[in-house]
Amino acid sequence: MPVMNIIQAVNDALRLQMRAEPKTVVLGEDVGKFGGVFRATSGLHEEFGAERVIDTPLAEAGIIGTAIGMALYGLRPVPEIQFSDFIYPAFDQIVNELAKFRYRSGGQYPCPVVIRTPVGGGIRGGHYHSQSPETLFIHTPGLKVVAPSNPYDTKGLLLSCLRQNDPVLFMEPKRIYRASKNEVPEGDYTLEIGKLNVVRPGTQVTLIAWSGMVSIAEEAAIKADAAGISVEVLDLRSLMPFDIVGILASVTKTGRVVIVHEAPRTCGFGAELIASIQERAMEHLEAPISRVCGFDTPFPYTLEHEYMPNADRVLGAIRQTLEW
Amino acid sequence: MVAPLGATPGVAPGAAADARGPSNGHGAAGYFADDDETRARGLYRLLDEHGAPVGDLSWLDRALARRLYDGMLTIRVTDARMMALQRQGRIGFYGEAMGQEAAVVGSAAASLPDDWIIPALREAGVGLFRGMPLDSYLAQIFGNARDPSKGRQMPCHPCDRATNYVVMSSCVSTQIPHAVGVAMGMRLAGDAGRCAFGYMGDGGTSAGDFHVALNFAGVMRAPVVLICQNNQWAISTPGKLQTAADTIALKALGYGVPPMRADGNDVLAVYDACRRAAERARAGGGPTFIELLTYRVSAHSSSDDPSRYRDEAVTEVWRTQRDPLVRMQRLLEARGWLGAGESEQLAATIEARVREVIAAQEQVGPPPRSSLFDDVFEQPTWLLLEQRAALG
Ligand SMILES: Cc1ncc(C[n+]2csc(CCOP(=O)(O)OP(=O)(O)O)c2C)c(N)n1
Ligand SMILES: [Mg+2]
Repeated sequence: MPVMNIIQAVNDALRLQMRAEPKTVVLGEDVGKFGGVFRATSGLHEEFGAERVIDTPLAEAGIIGTAIGMALYGLRPVPEIQFSDFIYPAFDQIVNELAKFRYRSGGQYPCPVVIRTPVGGGIRGGHYHSQSPETLFIHTPGLKVVAPSNPYDTKGLLLSCLRQNDPVLFMEPKRIYRASKNEVPEGDYTLEIGKLNVVRPGTQVTLIAWSGMVSIAEEAAIKADAAGISVEVLDLRSLMPFDIVGILASVTKTGRVVIVHEAPRTCGFGAELIASIQERAMEHLEAPISRVCGFDTPFPYTLEHEYMPNADRVLGAIRQTLEW
Repeated sequence: MVAPLGATPGVAPGAAADARGPSNGHGAAGYFADDDETRARGLYRLLDEHGAPVGDLSWLDRALARRLYDGMLTIRVTDARMMALQRQGRIGFYGEAMGQEAAVVGSAAASLPDDWIIPALREAGVGLFRGMPLDSYLAQIFGNARDPSKGRQMPCHPCDRATNYVVMSSCVSTQIPHAVGVAMGMRLAGDAGRCAFGYMGDGGTSAGDFHVALNFAGVMRAPVVLICQNNQWAISTPGKLQTAADTIALKALGYGVPPMRADGNDVLAVYDACRRAAERARAGGGPTFIELLTYRVSAHSSSDDPSRYRDEAVTEVWRTQRDPLVRMQRLLEARGWLGAGESEQLAATIEARVREVIAAQEQVGPPPRSSLFDDVFEQPTWLLLEQRAALG
């Protein structure tokens, strides 16, 4: 089985789907000839032509707005937003249009657009190349939000997204675009949207993460293991919908939960997870659920590694949870 | 035509709006031979204010002329009935198109069944003209169980998949990039001989999505006809406060989209301009932007009182002297295509039909509670199922 990185997995999924489904169209800034600033669409322009791999003007509202029009007409557009920090010019199109078309038309006009966008910090990108905006979109009824953490999941989840009929925000962890590598089947396979993955089984603490934070969580779990603490690491994979059954299966076993996310703490998705867990598993909880998050500051440049959760901070939270 | 340099925007809005009236007309002869800028500053017209031809009408036969007139009358009568219903408290809201029927029907008549309509807020009549059932139009206004969109939007947001009429949102101008995208989709799918009609108001041309959409339309050479109903008002804001450009059509020039500008109260000019644009788009010739100069004779909506912000004497001039129906009626009568009393008879027939549908739709109950959770996604998530169960 070939070993791929996340960029290659995205590229492979897009190529497979474009070969299988002629209605699939890629569009965005620099995605054509150049193959995207992260090279995720590299080679697609050569294989499928400028009609299906469209270099657009620099206007996110136009990229998403025209993708919506194409989807209404029956195509399968896959727009790329170059950095998720630049998604806000299209926020209205995503929130008020894309996510509401099926609902407001009573099901007459589905709008299956899959928006790919790199998220997260750790690349020395400052405020505007580092954000993790998932909460804004999870909070938007009508939108699915998928956040893979590794190449295998990326390919399987992206293929699933491209073959279902709802709009999706597909968040790609840019810090580990190339660093994250694993074995990826060459051909076709899909992973179910809404199902988590237990990346490391354990018994004492449930550690929940997604996207670029899964590798941090694993690192913390390994350190905890060395200290004699057994941690179960869950990779949510999909945030809307999220896998409550999988979460509860772990939480009812461990009774202790730490949630890790890169996005700011207040109103971050961790808050929703805590609410959902305590509603359903109060009697199993041995300690308050704790969070290791980005701070409620804009994403910084020089001090980005202070801002981002790291294994030591996560380990600290694990210890505190156990000591409670 | 050209505003004097240094003119203060917004002063005497009524007067400013009137100065843009169609008195500065431009006959058909030569209009389409002019260069883009001259067309964007001019005003294409085929009927003068008295309904006398000022251009070539050799293409017009009785059937088409009556389709246009009858279509305008249908909107006039339906809107009047619905406004009355709103005042009686039987529907929550209504937005009419009074005075703009020529722009609505003339453009609709230029579309073909395979074309797509991406409307703004005054184009329900385009849908009705193209065969959207009156029943579902009214069901949407009542928000009842027969509303195809299941009571999910406020009145005047109709949706009809069968006639390629896309459901609008209340958000001004978000639909313009959709129209360009639909057109790009047509070309990508290899569906030649079709085009998309994308509508907007004059206020809508100030929004970012307008500029984004025109830019995409130009770059992509999309088969789209972008139509601005310039009714000279955006709620209380007059055209002079929307733009310092001399005309709205001029804006298209900067995006490389060929402009046209027509008398929006002349249904024949509207039809002919839109037909030319649509034919060019369908033949692969790319986009066109059309400004239709008209006037919002009515209030913005049933929630608005224009006497608080504009000179209604100007409105009165448009209502009594520039009525698009009267203008067309004169032509029809001159040609013997509309008999004495025929218009009144037709209006009565339309009204009876509207009343009948109202009576039927008013009896229909609301959509079932559980439908609240349908169509968020193709299949409800566990979260929606849980919430639906909790609602009971
Ligand atoms: C983005 C946005 N801003 C404000 C509004 C409130 N609003 C509804 S209609 C309207 C005026 C629209 O004017 P115009 O585009 O000229 O269309 P008209 O009503 O004249 O047909 C406004 C401000 C809105 N619906 N959407
Ligand atoms: Mg207006």
